[in-house]
Amino acid sequence: MPTDIYLNVAVSGVLTGLVYGLMALGLSVIFGVVRVVNFAHGEMTTVAMYLAVVLFATLGLDPLLMMLPIAGVLFVFGYAMQRWLINPFISRPEHSQFILLVAVAIILANGLLIVFGPDARSVQTSYAFDSFMIGPLIVDATKTFAGAAAIAVAAALFAFFRFTRLGTAIRACADNYTGAQVVGLNVPRLYALTFGLGAACVGAAGAMLALITDVTPPLGPSFTLLAFVIVIVGGLGSMPGALAGGILIGVVAAMAGLFYTPSAKGMFVFAILVLVLLFRPQGIFGRRA
Amino acid sequence: MIGRLVADVPRRAALALSVFFLVLLVVPWFANDYLLTVLILIFYFAYTGQAWNIMMGFVGQLSLGHAIYIGLGGYTAAVLFSYFGISPWLGSFAAMLLAVLCGAIIGFLAFRFRVAGVYFAILTIAFAEFARIGFDHFTYVGGSAGFFLPVSNYSQSDLWTLRGKPIMFYYLSLGMTVAAVILCHLMIGSRIGYFWQAIREDEEAARAVGIDTFRYKLLAVVISAAMTSLAGVFFAFYYNNLFPEEVFSINRSIELILAPIFGGLGTLFGPILGAFLLTGLAETLTAAWAALGVDVPGAKQVFYGICLLLVITVLPDGVWPWLYRRLGLAGRPE
Amino acid sequence: MSALLSVNNVSKRFRGLVAVDRLNFQVNQGDVFAVIGPNGAGKTTLFNMIAGVFSPDGGTIALADQRINGLSPDQICRRGVGRTFQIVRPFPALSVEGNVIVAALLHRHLVADARAHAGEVLRQLDLYDKRAQRASGLTLPDRKRLELARALATDPKLLLLDEVMAGLRPTETDRMVAILKQLNRSRGLTILLIEHVMRAVMALAGRVLVMHHGAAIAEGAPDEVVRDRAVIDSYLGAETVV
Repeated sequence: MPTDIYLNVAVSGVLTGLVYGLMALGLSVIFGVVRVVNFAHGEMTTVAMYLAVVLFATLGLDPLLMMLPIAGVLFVFGYAMQRWLINPFISRPEHSQFILLVAVAIILANGLLIVFGPDARSVQTSYAFDSFMIGPLIVDATKTFAGAAAIAVAAALFAFFRFTRLGTAIRACADNYTGAQVVGLNVPRLYALTFGLGAACVGAAGAMLALITDVTPPLGPSFTLLAFVIVIVGGLGSMPGALAGGILIGVVAAMAGLFYTPSAKGMFVFAILVLVLLFRPQGIFGRRA
Repeated sequence: MIGRLVADVPRRAALALSVFFLVLLVVPWFANDYLLTVLILIFYFAYTGQAWNIMMGFVGQLSLGHAIYIGLGGYTAAVLFSYFGISPWLGSFAAMLLAVLCGAIIGFLAFRFRVAGVYFAILTIAFAEFARIGFDHFTYVGGSAGFFLPVSNYSQSDLWTLRGKPIMFYYLSLGMTVAAVILCHLMIGSRIGYFWQAIREDEEAARAVGIDTFRYKLLAVVISAAMTSLAGVFFAFYYNNLFPEEVFSINRSIELILAPIFGGLGTLFGPILGAFLLTGLAETLTAAWAALGVDVPGAKQVFYGICLLLVITVLPDGVWPWLYRRLGLAGRPE
Repeated sequence: MSALLSVNNVSKRFRGLVAVDRLNFQVNQGDVFAVIGPNGAGKTTLFNMIAGVFSPDGGTIALADQRINGLSPDQICRRGVGRTFQIVRPFPALSVEGNVIVAALLHRHLVADARAHAGEVLRQLDLYDKRAQRASGLTLPDRKRLELARALATDPKLLLLDEVMAGLRPTETDRMVAILKQLNRSRGLTILLIEHVMRAVMALAGRVLVMHHGAAIAEGAPDEVVRDRAVIDSYLGAETVV
């Protein structure tokens, strides 16, 4: 095989990985602050994908344009879910939170099944088959837009946490729960905001994923798993780590598909996860606790 | 042994349990095949819940990948039977051996490298997913196209080869559940049970009173794996087919932990009650939907999810500890 | 008489910071030995090295002439060292009796035997009447005694106590002192305690080691040590304490 193919596949893996990384970023932000493992993450992703599909099918609205509105819808959803459903579970044991979020996942996945049925849906834009030529590389246009948008959204979120007062308050909450309460921060509200922001990442990522891959209602668990893998590989709670983890996993999956067989790429992904868990449990970009 | 079994069970509870057990023994004479299959499903979940509960309820290690033991157990016994004519009763030993080996590897890696809490849960998922994809490509056992056991006519039951009617599987599943409850009861009241609970409560403090926590955690994983693999053997011979995408899937791992958490983690009766309630609920919903003439795929599951959500919100410790208090029973629920 | 515990030239550094610096001392069989010193003197690090939580960077720790440094906490406990935690760590969901049974099972294989032994220990510590309660529901003084009961139930040769008096009121402190004295006298139990409450140290200890910046600055009988110039300057302050 010519080297061009490797490069093309690698670039494609990087771009897809960025979108998955954005989805995983949502999980990382939620866990890093609220300390709840969102087992309904993948289902929320599929909800966002269906939103993009419906908006495109009925109103012809491009998912790339609808990325922010969909993120907004997911934000409200995430905010409400944390505020009224998850918040009472904050101090409960992990397995209790787990059951709650599994219940949410069951409801979302089957709700989608009721509304949309079991068939796969997708978005066919006018530029679906466009590509750029960069030297010897042929880069898929859709993936390029999606990857760039993922970086933009992640950068915006990063700036929010770094430079705004609200973002600083949320980081204070994550570092020291009791301390944050003592200085009078409204912790439940900040938690809800964080969950909303995490869900907004999922919304944006879901809109772009609708461009890249077909969606069916039972797709949720595999997205949840993928998000876990990326976040742990990149380092739980590390924002750049989530994107980098996404890129790494995206490239590994693409290369495994090229060298071995596409259906077995999950094995390589999980092998990386196991190695990271054993030898660098804080993740590639995480700091040791 | 027998003495210890009944020594600390209160009279009334013993009576209630005996009546309950007798009813279950005679049920097949009155029940139709549908009710029987529902009860088999309930016992399947009660049994696997009991096995999983050893790890989570007794030792506090959250496994979300128990499907790997179901799958390994099922495939091992099924292959030995179909390819070599070996009875599933003997195949069960091979199944347990393989599951024990697999559990030991997972446990060894996790506990040696101090992978704990959520990370441990993810590690168990990773292994199950690994097995799922691996078996998808394992052509010797049919790969993703699945593995099928030879199906005989159902006119007579052959216990030795586990080919037969639902009533045989009913008693088999009932027997497995009873055996699991007795085994768990004996273990939790023994030295190992005390050590497990100490590790669950505070691992560092457990180490400080001399408990080799690595060894006892590993023991819990291995016992739980062996027991779960038997459920896999049952699964294979009851359904007569195995698909990697199904037996190893994360959904299988999740469904088998719902009953013990719903019923009451760390208790003996919780997983059983949980299995009755959850499976009962699911089947009632199916029947109700059918009676109402509603045929919307997913509607039943949405309702099921809502019920799960409501109960876990209102009764965070599970149904059995709550019921136990309501019944005015003293001490800790078992 | 050879020492039950001997700490030889033991050091521990954390990222270049010396927590314990070439420390030497011996605790004889039947002694009550106290380690005192200001916060940050390295007492807890020393304690954790003896208990096996940390491994020393240099030197050796021996119990009855057998090296124990490098062993894990559970191995050290099985060799005969019982410990308490500064911030008590009962097994919260277990009963008081259950907590002690766990420890008693270390050298007993039958639960019935362990229960009998736990009963004895609980009686000694005035906890027998509360044996059926959940450990999480106990008051702090009771939890401190439960912590002690659990350590005792492992049949230790050496008992390590990490600030068992902290947070107790004077009457409770006296009660704890009386219990420990009794254990030392009746069974000849060797006790090493890290303590801030000087009143308890003076009443209990036969020997005192004073640590400062990871090193020993004085060692001797309690009334000698509190008159030591270096000790007064570094730790006790100028005013008389006793």
